[in-house]
Amino acid sequence: MEHLLEMRNLSIDLSRGKRRRPVKLVEGIDLNIDKKQNFGVVGESGCGKSITCSSIMGLLSFPLSVGRGSVIRFQRSDGSETDLLKLSKKELQKLRGKDISMIFQEPMTALDPMYTIEDQIVESLRFHTDMNKAQMHEAALDMLKKVKIPRPEQILTDYPHHLSGGMLQRVMIAIALINNPRLLIADEPTTALDVTIQAQILDLMNELREIYDTSVIMITHDLGVIAETCEQVAVLYAGQVVEEAGVDEIFHNTAHPYTVGLLRSVTSLGGAQKELYAIRGTVPTAGNFSAGCRFADRCEHCMSICREQAPKLVEVSHGHKCRCWLHTGITREEAAQ
Amino acid sequence: MRHLLQTIRDLWKDPMGRVGIIGVLLLILLAVIAPLAAPYDPEQMVAMPKLAPCAEHWFGTDNYGRDIFSRILYGARVSLEVGIIAVGIGATAGYVLGLVAGYFEGPVDRVIMCVMDILFAFPSILLAIFISAVLGRGIGPTMVAIGIVNIPVFARTVRAAVISAKGLEYVSNARSVGVRTGAILIRHISPNVVAPFTVQATLALSSAILTEASMSFLGLGIQPPDPSWGSMLSEARSYMEQAPWTALFPILFIVVTILLFNILGDSLRDVLDPKLKT
Amino acid sequence: MKTYVIRRLLQLIPVLFGISVLIFAVMKMIPGDVISGILGVDATPELREQLREIYGLDRPYVVQYLDWIGGVLRGDFGESIRTGEPILPQILTRFKVTAELTILAAIISWIIAIPLGILAAVKRNSMADRFVRVFALLGVSVPNFALSILLILFLSLVFNYFSPLGYVGFFEDPIRNLQIMILPASILGVSIAGSVMRMTRSSVLEVLRQDFVRTVRAKGASERVAIFRHVLRNALIPIITLVGMQIGSLLGGAVIVEQIFSLPGLGQMTLTGINQRDYPVVQGCVLFIAFVYVLVNLVTDLLYSYIDPRISYD
Repeated sequence: MEHLLEMRNLSIDLSRGKRRRPVKLVEGIDLNIDKKQNFGVVGESGCGKSITCSSIMGLLSFPLSVGRGSVIRFQRSDGSETDLLKLSKKELQKLRGKDISMIFQEPMTALDPMYTIEDQIVESLRFHTDMNKAQMHEAALDMLKKVKIPRPEQILTDYPHHLSGGMLQRVMIAIALINNPRLLIADEPTTALDVTIQAQILDLMNELREIYDTSVIMITHDLGVIAETCEQVAVLYAGQVVEEAGVDEIFHNTAHPYTVGLLRSVTSLGGAQKELYAIRGTVPTAGNFSAGCRFADRCEHCMSICREQAPKLVEVSHGHKCRCWLHTGITREEAAQ
Repeated sequence: MRHLLQTIRDLWKDPMGRVGIIGVLLLILLAVIAPLAAPYDPEQMVAMPKLAPCAEHWFGTDNYGRDIFSRILYGARVSLEVGIIAVGIGATAGYVLGLVAGYFEGPVDRVIMCVMDILFAFPSILLAIFISAVLGRGIGPTMVAIGIVNIPVFARTVRAAVISAKGLEYVSNARSVGVRTGAILIRHISPNVVAPFTVQATLALSSAILTEASMSFLGLGIQPPDPSWGSMLSEARSYMEQAPWTALFPILFIVVTILLFNILGDSLRDVLDPKLKT
Repeated sequence: MKTYVIRRLLQLIPVLFGISVLIFAVMKMIPGDVISGILGVDATPELREQLREIYGLDRPYVVQYLDWIGGVLRGDFGESIRTGEPILPQILTRFKVTAELTILAAIISWIIAIPLGILAAVKRNSMADRFVRVFALLGVSVPNFALSILLILFLSLVFNYFSPLGYVGFFEDPIRNLQIMILPASILGVSIAGSVMRMTRSSVLEVLRQDFVRTVRAKGASERVAIFRHVLRNALIPIITLVGMQIGSLLGGAVIVEQIFSLPGLGQMTLTGINQRDYPVVQGCVLFIAFVYVLVNLVTDLLYSYIDPRISYD
């Protein structure tokens, strides 16, 4: 297996009780994440990016579940490969926090208010190593230094409510990286933070992934974050990948109208802002998808075929995939017929 | 009105809610038609004492030869009457106090809530017994005593709802455009209070009925010959080993009544306050 | 911590003052004054006047209140009108019974309710959860006196067993004491177990929904560690608060259960006082029970501020 992680035909079901059929929140996701790669997943809220990534860790809980036929292959440090969706509970627990770690959007609520920072960092070590107390303390202290927390000795004895959001996110990063994982999933790690803090956290993550050789999946709705940190990007819309390409390619040769819209709505700092652009309409809710393209209702280039038939994800140029009738080789005239 | 219909519809969709509605309606019906449905005068000796349940006397007779079924029906009247009026008293007083405290805050709030805290410092049954020592026994005083015990819960519920409603944007907007305080209270805040208040009232009904039964059981609430489930049970204690039905039927009705109001209250809470749903 | 405790104790003073004023006021509102209670309604006016003077009832209310509360603060609750005996020593003797009953009942209710509440929350919507919810609903709906009568009836009719009469103190004969107490304490315990169970279930569910539980799982914690080390520790705070409030229900329930099982506790003393119109006794008992309740609530407050690191003592 050449990739670190391969998702094949991943779907996620939302159960609606025994009598009704489950709704597919996410469908047919195929993604490859390479070793040491920074992979971005972008989309509006509700497009399914967070649950897609939670499913890697097996963290979905009722009423969400991974659909049939989904595969998530992962290459372990010894080179062996496993389907994460077939692992037992025990095996998953061994993997979580060791091979794959995760940091979350809300650092203020992501830590247990009842335990000190040291308790919570050390816990990760206790689950996965057999260090003694003194060693664990040293490791925790060392880790806090790596995430550049001032006065680390003192912070170790503090409780989460003593720290600011930015500091807590650093602590979360420390917890996530302490076992040197192969993959770090960052679910909107800077969204809840002040703008000034956001850049610091992103810089820190960039720096640490160099040191640790960790692949990162960066989930965000902010293309600015993608530009700053990622190499490869997948754009999700209404539970599907609509475009995937290298970061330069996607910014310069944007293919999908949705991605175009996202780019136009980015507020560029400094530049004279004429008018804030917003994509009209809202994401359709799961279960109400039309038979055609899911973006059709909001698209400026919508054609008749777009409403009738769903486009497939096809390669439009080398390494650049797009799910849009504008890029499937047929022309407007053909489509109109 | 539209809200009310919607609430009832939502309740009906929940199987437990349906049980609650039907059960409580049946109980009310029983209480209303007691004079028509009761086969005998509940206060007169109509047969041999301690007669076991039979065709003429469905629930048997007590040691005075009174028909237990008839007494149970009239007892339903007493229970519901006391429960409803006591909760009415507690809810009205609590509503006004809570609204005033929550709206004005400051010293008014502190004084009101301090008095409420003091009332809360007594175990509720003890407070009811204590107040009825002043008011005396019988239906009226018992209602008032239980009503007073219920004031603090309502005052707190309403006050909390008012304070959180005040934080809502549209209420502060109304204030900033100069709508008079009284008008804001009635038009904007009261509707927000309705949901928690209704839930509280239903649950308070079950506890009021329980308190009345307990007091009557202790010989402090409803006095003979008025038929109350609590006092029937209390009388039955001395001879229940020979005539278990004299104790079992009052117990059955006390438990079922409280259970039904609890079921209704729980489903109502789920419907009106989905945040609390667990 | 010490100053915090002292501050909390000082905060109690207005509440305790309010309680005493309320009790005093209620006692003064009782129709048919104490004198008629002692002498009967057809005593001569002269005799009544004399007695009013003896009891100090001719003085203004404020003076009477200060006199009473001054006595209470010195440990003098006055004397019973019926027996002439001082009230406080009697209250203390009887409080031992009520305290034992209440503590036993509380322990029984926790043993039943807390594990079941946790089980129901963790296995939400399972058969176990459904069973626990039905049980809890029944628990809050069956009054303790009804449960007592049912059990007494059941035990006597089926097993010909009668709960032993004649209270014996725990330190005199622990086995006999427990034989006497176990039935009333279990009934009282079961009667509050329903609400403790509900509260435990909903606070555990509440904590399970919180973000940090996901973090703990993402770290690789087993379910056992996640539940016992993290979820329970957080759920404990609301549970402790509820347990404090439940002491009120237990003290109230004790009034009824003591009456049914003829236990010489504080509740029985209060009821006897009411029935005999022995007002100083009623006044003393109610004041004492309310004080105990307020103190128990203070202790639970302190306990949870001790557990919760977010509450600072300064």
